Formats: sequence, C-alpha cells, structure tokens
Amino acid sequence: MTKILTQHFDNPKYHELETYRSLGGYEALAKARNMTPQAVADEVKKSNLRGLGGAGFPTGMKWGTVPPVEKAPERFVVTNADESEPGCFKDRVLMTLAPHQMIEGLLIACHAIQAKWGFIFIRGEYADQYDVLKKAIAEMEAAGLSGDVKVRLMRGAGAYICGLDTALLETMEGKKAWPRQPPPFPTVAGLMAKPTVVNNVETLSMLPHIVANGGQWFADIGFKGDPEKKLNPSGGTAVFSISGDVEKPGVYEFPMGTPLKTAIEAAGGVKGGRKLKCVIPGGTSTPPLTAEEVGMSMDFDHPRAFGTFLGAGGIVVLDETRDMVEVAHNIERFLAHESCGQCTPCREGSEWTTRILERIMEGGGVEADLPNLQRVGENITGKVICALGDTVGVVVRGYMKKFPDDFKKRIPTPTAPANPLPAAAGAQSAERRDAIPQK
Amino acid sequence: MSPEPKKLVKFKLNGQDVEAPEGQLVIDAAKGAGVEIPHYCYHPALGNPGNCRLCIVEVKGAPKPMVSCRLPVKEGMEVTSDSEAVKRAQASSLELHLVNHPLDCPVCDQAGECGLQDYYMKFGKYESQVREDKLHKRKRTEIGPHVMLDQERCVLCTRCTRFTEKITKTHELGIFGRGHKEYIDLAPGKRLDNAYSGNTIDVCPVGALTDKDFRFKVRVWYLDKTASICGDCARGCNINVHTNTKRPWHYEGRRVVRYKPRYNEAVNGHWICDDGRFGFKKYDEDRLGRLMQLQPMRRELAWDPALAEVATALREGVDTKGADGLAVIASGALSNEDWAAFHKLFVEQLKVTRLLFAPEPDQLGVEDELLRRKEKVPNLMGGQALGFGKTIASLSWDQLAADIEAGKVWGLYIVERDAAKVWGARAKALFEKCGVVVFQGPWKGTTGDLAHFRLPATCHLEEEGHFTNFQGVVQPYYKALEPLGVARPDWQIFDGLRARLSAPRGKVGAR
Repeated sequence: MTKILTQHFDNPKYHELETYRSLGGYEALAKARNMTPQAVADEVKKSNLRGLGGAGFPTGMKWGTVPPVEKAPERFVVTNADESEPGCFKDRVLMTLAPHQMIEGLLIACHAIQAKWGFIFIRGEYADQYDVLKKAIAEMEAAGLSGDVKVRLMRGAGAYICGLDTALLETMEGKKAWPRQPPPFPTVAGLMAKPTVVNNVETLSMLPHIVANGGQWFADIGFKGDPEKKLNPSGGTAVFSISGDVEKPGVYEFPMGTPLKTAIEAAGGVKGGRKLKCVIPGGTSTPPLTAEEVGMSMDFDHPRAFGTFLGAGGIVVLDETRDMVEVAHNIERFLAHESCGQCTPCREGSEWTTRILERIMEGGGVEADLPNLQRVGENITGKVICALGDTVGVVVRGYMKKFPDDFKKRIPTPTAPANPLPAAAGAQSAERRDAIPQK
Repeated sequence: MSPEPKKLVKFKLNGQDVEAPEGQLVIDAAKGAGVEIPHYCYHPALGNPGNCRLCIVEVKGAPKPMVSCRLPVKEGMEVTSDSEAVKRAQASSLELHLVNHPLDCPVCDQAGECGLQDYYMKFGKYESQVREDKLHKRKRTEIGPHVMLDQERCVLCTRCTRFTEKITKTHELGIFGRGHKEYIDLAPGKRLDNAYSGNTIDVCPVGALTDKDFRFKVRVWYLDKTASICGDCARGCNINVHTNTKRPWHYEGRRVVRYKPRYNEAVNGHWICDDGRFGFKKYDEDRLGRLMQLQPMRRELAWDPALAEVATALREGVDTKGADGLAVIASGALSNEDWAAFHKLFVEQLKVTRLLFAPEPDQLGVEDELLRRKEKVPNLMGGQALGFGKTIASLSWDQLAADIEAGKVWGLYIVERDAAKVWGARAKALFEKCGVVVFQGPWKGTTGDLAHFRLPATCHLEEEGHFTNFQGVVQPYYKALEPLGVARPDWQIFDGLRARLSAPRGKVGAR
C-alpha cells in the first residue's frame, strides 16, 4: 500500500526538524520557491488533490479563485487545525508526529498564492499539539526557512463550528463563531475581508510530496475518476481515523478509491468476532452505511450513491450490539450542543430532534414520531446557513432510512403502551430542563 | 436626497414580469410588486443576516432554495415564492420558530401585532407536532427605563442587537450562549438606556421586547392609529399616534397611549427618539378645556363674548396707548396655518412690533447626530417662512421683562408658552403691570392661572395642519382626537379676533 503522509511514522524523532530534514524535509519548499507561484498551483491542480477536511473541494481550483495579487496585495493562508468531528483524529496524529510536514505545506501554499502570512488555527483542546507546533515553528524560523512568510499559531476556544472555514475566520477576528453566508467566498473576502485560503492540516501536509514528486505522480496514486458516471478524480491518498468496534483502532493511510472493507480489515476487523452492523464513513456528521454497503470505494464521489460522504475520513465501526436510535440520538445531541444558534432551523431543529429521540428511547414514542422526525429532517436540510445545519437533518434521516427496524421496535404498540405519554402541554415537568441559569 | 436611480431590470416573480432596480434585494422587489415574503431578521435599515430562513424562495437553476433577503435581482431571473415547496419551507421554518416559543399570547402585549401570530395565520396553519416541554429562559426582565425583555418569546432574529450596534453604536444588547440555549441579554454592566432604546421594541417582531410603559394597558386591537408628526423637536419625525377612545376605562382614561415611528427616509428613517416616543403623556395632563375669564372676575365664557371682550380690550389699548405697547409671545409649536393667522392678526392688522418667539431658553434641549434637534418645538421654520426670525426680530425674555417693568407694555398676549415659568418669581408682578394679559394654549401651566383671559387651544393631535421641519420639509398631520371641551385650533382663535377687530364696532359678536 502506498503511504505518503504516514510513511515515516515509525520514526520516533520525525517531529524534530533535524530528522525531518535528514529524510528530505523542506527540500520541496526550496524547490517550490524556485518555481513561479503559478507553476506550483498548476502542479497542485494536476495532482487532483481535494480538500481533506471533509468538503473535498479541489485545492488547485480553490487557489485559482483568489484574485490576482495586483488587485489584492494582502492575502492569507489559514490552516484549519480545528479538527472537532467526532470519529476523526487524523489531524491530531499528523500534527503530533509530523508537524514540519504541515508547516512546510503551509509555506508552499503561502508561496503559491503569494501570501505573507500563514496562520494555524488549532482546536483549543489540542494542548499537546499546540506545544508541538509552537516548538516546530520556532525551529523552522530559527533555521531561516520561513523566508518572508510569518507563521502564527492561534488557539480556538473549543467550538465544533469553528471547524467550518467561515466560522473559523469569524472567531479569528474575535467575534462569535457564526458562519458567514457566501458570497463572497473566503478566497475573495476572508480574514479581515482580505483574500484567504483555508486549507485543512492534511491537505497542506500533502503539498511537499506533490511538489517533490510532481502532480501526475500524486494523481496516479489516487482514484482517476469516471467521466461516464460523472465521478470526479480524487488524487493521492487519505489518512483515515478508524475507531469503534474494531480490534485495532487507529490512523491508517490508503489511496483514494480503496474499498471501505479493506480499511476495516486493516484495522483488524470487527471486535470480538461480532457481526458488523453499521459503518459511519466520514465522521459522525456523515450518514451511515449498512454492513452490505462496505464495498464502497473511498473517494469523494462514490459515497454519494450510498447517500453519504467521505467527510474527513473518520470511520466509526459499529457492531450488531449497537442500537441505532441511541447512535442517532448521541449524534443529534452533539449537534444540538454544538449548533452555533445563528439560524433557526438548525438551532431549534437539532434540539427538537434530540428531544424526540430522547423520548423514544425512554419508551414514550408514538407512531407519529417517525414521520415527524423524517419531516423535520427534510425541512432543515438545504434551508440553513452552513453544513452543520444540513447535517442535523441528514443524519437522523440517514439512520431512519438504513435501519428502520431499530426505530420501529422502539415505538410501543398503541394497545399496550410501555410508558404513558409525557405530560400534556400545560403541565410543566418538575425539573426544568436546559433552563438558562438565573442571574 | 435619494441616490441616483439605478438601471431597471426585468425578472419573473411567480410567473409575472416584474421590474426592479438592478441589485435590489428580491424581498424588497417583491414587496414593491405587492408580494409579501415573510421575514424576521431582515430589516432595511439593519441588514440581512439571513438567519430566520423564513424568506426562502426558489430560483430557477439554483440547486437549493435561497433566502430572498440576500438575493439581488438580476435580469431574466425567475423567482417563485408561492410554490408548494416554498410554502412548505415557510411553514416549517415558522414551526421551528415556535417549537420553544411559550405561546403565552393571552398575556403577551405583542398579541395582535405579533410576527409569529400574523405569519402563522398567513403562512403556517399547520397542526402542531410538538409533544415536548418548552425550554425555559428568563422572563419579564427590566433591561432599561423603557424596555422589558422576555427571552422565552425571542426568536433570536438579532434585530435589536444590530440596532444597538449599527444605529446607536452603544452595544448594550448581545447574544449569549450557543445553540438552543442562546439568549438575548444586556452586555455585562450595561443597561438599555440610550436615547433611542424604544426603537428596539418596534424592531422586535415578537413579544420579546415590550414597552414598559404600554405593558398591560390596552389591547392593541382597541387602538386607533392616525398619521401624525411628533411635536417634540424641530426634526418632525413621522409617527403614528395610537389612541384609545373606545375603552376609556383602560389606562386611566388616557386618550393617547403610544407613539410609533412611521417610515420617512428624508426625515427620520425608521426611528424616533425616546423623548418623543414617551413624551405623549402631556397630551392628557394639565389640559385646558374651558374658556375662562379670571380677572377681574372669575367666570366661564362662551367663545363669542370672550372673543368680543378680548378684541375690545386689544382695540382700546391700540387706539389709546398705541400698538407699540402690546407685546405678543408666540411659540414654534404653532402650525403653518396658525402662523399665517397669527401673522395676519398681529403683524398685518395690529402692527405689533414687540414680539417674542425665539425658542431660547425654555424651548431648547439636547441635540444629537441621529435625530434629536436642539429646538424642542416642531415649527420654527413655518414662522420663519413668514419672516419671524428673519425680517421680524424676536425679543428675549429679559428684554421683554425690562420693557414691562419700564411701563412700556399695556397688554400681553401669550400663545402656548408658560411665560410665568420662565420669569419665575417675577412673573406675578410683571403681569400686574400689564393691563390686559391673555393666555391662549392647550396646557394651563403656571401662566394659565395668572392671565386675565384663558383661551383653550387644541394640541396638534386634535387638529389637522402642517409643520415645516428644520430641513424645510412641509409635513401634514391629521386629527387623532376630538378637542377637549371647547378648545379651538389657534388659527381659529386668531381669525375670530381678527374678524371682530376689522368689523365696525358693535357689529361682530351678535351672531
């Protein structure tokens, strides 16, 4: 199996500048700096590299939308290191074990779009990685590698929504992390209303290898695309975080287009020899797959036919003992907690969906709940500001579609209700849930 | 005043061809074409964050429905706002707004003019599927001298926070918390205590921000609304006067219950200041309704004999002691019609030269950059058009007092202004020096008790007329209330006197 980012992970000193350079590190940066910015961008375009933070937007194309330097001399590159998707931990590993790989990529990206500032916005909870990066940046700067680029590290305050590029930019500006509504896109007016490219840790980590080996080499490794089926190519490899009911959870790298099954097998298969029930392919905000669907090719376009996305490659394996109502509830509760609260469908819908699922789990479900969940889900998706909001509707519908029996068996039959219905409107429960603390 | 007209483009709205300026928002263009698109967060003066997701429309060729408050009109665009999918989206968005809304309409002041109620009847009408308890937040919080906050009713459209950010730039309100636990509250250590705080009540589409003064006084559907002009400064903000005459047992019998701003881009935009908004109470306090003679004998008079007596006194004075000895105090609160009659009577007919109409100091107040003007009367410009303050000079209060003390004044005719209050302790002596003191006005004040004649005039809410604001904009106002008692508009009083003065002796007043 081809490995790109994780090829030196068995070297315990790979995070140190000396070791990194002895293995060819920062040579790509020197090579890139001898090329014109346009040539670097062209090479990345040729590589079919797509945004590995979850959206899968072609990186070269994103860079291409930055206005020319004569029109907007000041521009920024921001590294999105706010990895918060439950089920994803590959950025954390990439930053811990190969910080220089990412920093080199950031410097190459700065060269490619002629930015003089490279920011790294790291998730607040990643305290160790913050220290690693801080040290790595200092090493890099001491070695005189930064050129005329200033690299700055910023910590988030622990909100899931900051993983979204526009919310991240808002919070970097010191505001409440409410996603912006494009247009304008960040590449036109991003941080401080200046053109800003926001790339994920993994995407940037790929850049040294693309520059070193050429875009064609990278494109050849990955999925080549299928114009007939309208499937676009996804170049190179991706690092997957595999967790859940597997024998060897961890971080695994596979070329784009590898079947999901291979990934699960590489992680030692389902724990305890139990039967596979469900796989979440890209982190909890992606709809699930059933055991029959694990043959799915892992690239950015195939999963669409299965009603899901590759996301950020956070594979969560669930065995036959898992109850899908509980899984769906767990995810919806997370989304309700992390909803930024800007637009109404997500703010109210996530919370309502969670409480309906909660009631079903407590045995208070009624028949009308399932069509209602479906309806509410449909009414949220596509009518909200950002991707988190869409997820609220997509996830619950995904579980209900793929695992209808799990939901149906939780609804007591009308003749013999397991629990009486919750108190009718008007009779307040003694315990006031989620009350705002009184001043 | 208005910016250059933009190029008109044609687009299709629900199959109809519509013309609109290029770049105008679809939500505004639709409004111009008579199509209502529901919305909470969008406000023309406060921006379009697009967070309520209620104004969703379909655009031909777009993969997803779009919010019309962030969609500029383009040539050839095809927009649908009445398809089944859009109706469903509107109803569902409304449903989500109401999931945790307390539905306490029976005790909510906003009921009757509430965005949630109105839109439910127009775009909702679904059957509720909510089986869960409502979330609880803080209710009935006093956040300022004029505004009460109910966080449970709030739909988090952020209009009020944007008002304090963009318009007053005072930043008292903010959104705290995250997701469904989010709530509007005061910034730490602040109170919503700026000069324009009342506007947050207006921009709030629901009952989250309510008028502390108006709370629980009258149900809004019992109110009559009349287009008028605020009379509390030279800005002349356009307002609607809300009056309660059908249920006098509500709100202690007060007839005027509140002011609401009326949009006028050239004058006040969408806003009015708190001084004007909460200054309406004076229209039901200390008012004059009876025509009285107080000296030498206290008696109630009818208009005819009263006007005849005043006219006689004025004519005798002018004939025997000269027009120079008659001093007249006027006020910038007179309408254009009043000023014209005033001019005809005192300047043209009686040739009075001893005039006082400058606003200093009793009619001056605070000025700011947004709306409030220093002159706390609405119509100094109306007088200026007739020469008052230009060709005709105004005395100061001290000059006039000095003239009276020097015995140069035999008669004092006071219109509206509380001269006794300005002169303070000196007033009684000064009035005694004048042979005739006539007071005419809507409010009794201190002067009303010291004058020889007290003629009740209507306030501007009780008559029709025009004010010319400080920019020179002539604005009409309409009659919102019946006059109190026998009160008459000022111009009628002036005209009545003029008729009696110009007629041969003894011929007028015999009607």
